[in-house]
Amino acid sequence: MELLMASGIAVLSGSGIYLLLRPRTFDTILGLTLLSYAVNLFIFSMGRLTVGRAPIVEAGGSGYADPLPQALVLTAIVISFAMTALLLVLAVRAKAASGSDDVDGGEPPAGGGAR
Amino acid sequence: MNHAAIVPIVLPALAAALMLIDRRIASQRLLAWVSTLLLAASGAWLVTLAADGWRGVYLAGNWAAPYGIVLVADRLSALMVGLTALLAVVALGAAHKRWDTRGEHFHPLLQVQLMGLNGAFLTGDLFNLFVFFEVLLIASYGLLVHGDGRPRIAAGLRFVTLNLFGSALFLVAASLLYGVTGTLNFADLAARMPALAGGDATLARAGAWMLLTVFCLKAAILPLYLWLPGTYSAASPPVAALFAVMTKVGLYAVLRVFTMVFGAGAGALANAAFPWIAGLAAAGYLLAMLGALAGADLRRLASMLLIGSAGFLLIGVGLGTERSIAAAVFYLPHTTLSAAALYLVADLVARGRGEAADRLRPGPAPLRPAAVGLLFFATAVAVAGLPPLGGFIGKAMLLAAMLPDTGSPAASVGVMWAVVLGGSLFALIALARAGSVLFWKSEAAPVPGAPAPSVRELLPCLLALAAVVAITVFAAPMQRYAQATAAQLLAPEALVDQVLRTVPRAGPHQSRPESFR
Repeated sequence: MELLMASGIAVLSGSGIYLLLRPRTFDTILGLTLLSYAVNLFIFSMGRLTVGRAPIVEAGGSGYADPLPQALVLTAIVISFAMTALLLVLAVRAKAASGSDDVDGGEPPAGGGAR
Repeated sequence: MNHAAIVPIVLPALAAALMLIDRRIASQRLLAWVSTLLLAASGAWLVTLAADGWRGVYLAGNWAAPYGIVLVADRLSALMVGLTALLAVVALGAAHKRWDTRGEHFHPLLQVQLMGLNGAFLTGDLFNLFVFFEVLLIASYGLLVHGDGRPRIAAGLRFVTLNLFGSALFLVAASLLYGVTGTLNFADLAARMPALAGGDATLARAGAWMLLTVFCLKAAILPLYLWLPGTYSAASPPVAALFAVMTKVGLYAVLRVFTMVFGAGAGALANAAFPWIAGLAAAGYLLAMLGALAGADLRRLASMLLIGSAGFLLIGVGLGTERSIAAAVFYLPHTTLSAAALYLVADLVARGRGEAADRLRPGPAPLRPAAVGLLFFATAVAVAGLPPLGGFIGKAMLLAAMLPDTGSPAASVGVMWAVVLGGSLFALIALARAGSVLFWKSEAAPVPGAPAPSVRELLPCLLALAAVVAITVFAAPMQRYAQATAAQLLAPEALVDQVLRTVPRAGPHQSRPESFR
């Protein structure tokens, strides 16, 4: 499970950063979304990976799932959801204002040199 | 329990919510003034409390420290809250009946921004620091694009993207620290840090450096400052004036986390950041001042000077001695207020210059050249840190703090002195050039039809400058406050102890054991 989790986080953040570096707003937003998935999984795994455990400490029980990272992930999901929505609105506005979905907003719609 | 620590967070939050009930601009404006003036009063209350050495530990939700949410108000937090409230009054005055009508919801956004700022200054918990960062950022996105226009939208897009990446990094760092220590409370983190060893210490160090990266991104320090000039010069002037305190949030976070959690008592992680940041900050300061020389318009010049001031403050923080931190704390309110004043002056100058606006090239003369020119002159003196205004005391304090108590100074001190003094000279040249071009090389009369700035419109800028003058007049109490702040920051054990020992109140319906631990 550790290997699966670690490689999942690695692939998500790798693709996220690649997309983030692309010049189009759509790719950038997708990249940020993937990156936030990777971060959420990472927070989750910082509470240690457990299977089939309740988030309650029982006397004589054999371990528990850490509830705090779950609460943190929930907060992080809500925040990144709101931010992504805002970013989408901004991207649509920028496209309407400049006629291009280039992140710098200055490029003409066709062609465009070394960017 | 004293409720002083939660008032600056609850007040703007309530005001913002109430503003959405009656959405007419007149009632929003009235509510904004009431809330902001009350906030200023509560900021002043916090500062007077903290000046006597009071430290407020507020258990929100009445749970003992490492388990519940805790707010902490000490000298540094109180100073930052007071400064934010003062800037809020200035920004609100500048927006009154002018910028706040350019789009909807200026006032609620401003209040949410104030709530986020105050929350970030008062929280005692790493995750809540993240949450309040997000609160202040989401409000700042709204404020930044307020008034619309293509440059604002494009700048907003980049600003949001960059900060979302910063947030991702912050979350990774926070969860990494949680993973190795099992806590996110600053006091509890500080108590557990010395016990870390081996692999855990390495992970915690990685977390510390990632946090430093995030804070430096917010504070606009050397490699991470490129976002600031475009963003701040695109924002409307009252918003840019308030944003002057936003870079200081990053600086505050560096001071708080790297003295309390990764301070001298952190075992394997002691002073994890200090050797790095002074050098970076000095290079950033010099580069920003060179950028100021090349500034094409007054707002961009102000932005470069703002980056420079963040660099200057971080030199003081990075040297890590009591005297250097005191110098940074002393200089902080002065530089923030004078940068805000410069953004407001840029707006006044642009009036009547038509197309030329605040660009540094000969054009039509500004309206009311005598009053606006005098304001610019006073602001320039403040920003450059020249006598008679208080900035030069802060600079002198920092230069003196670099000298060792005994013996001859090291060669690195000479380099630092050259950087600080040379940077100040560049700022002076840039400001002198800007002033002479804007006020003395006017080619034509002001553009007809532009409304001259009324006395009321000069008031916000005057208020910021009056605060700067007050810092100068009351330099001795201010200096004592700064020194006491530095001493408090460098001896965090008392605060850690106080946070962890604060016992929840016994309510009428519950009885709790004396301690949960």
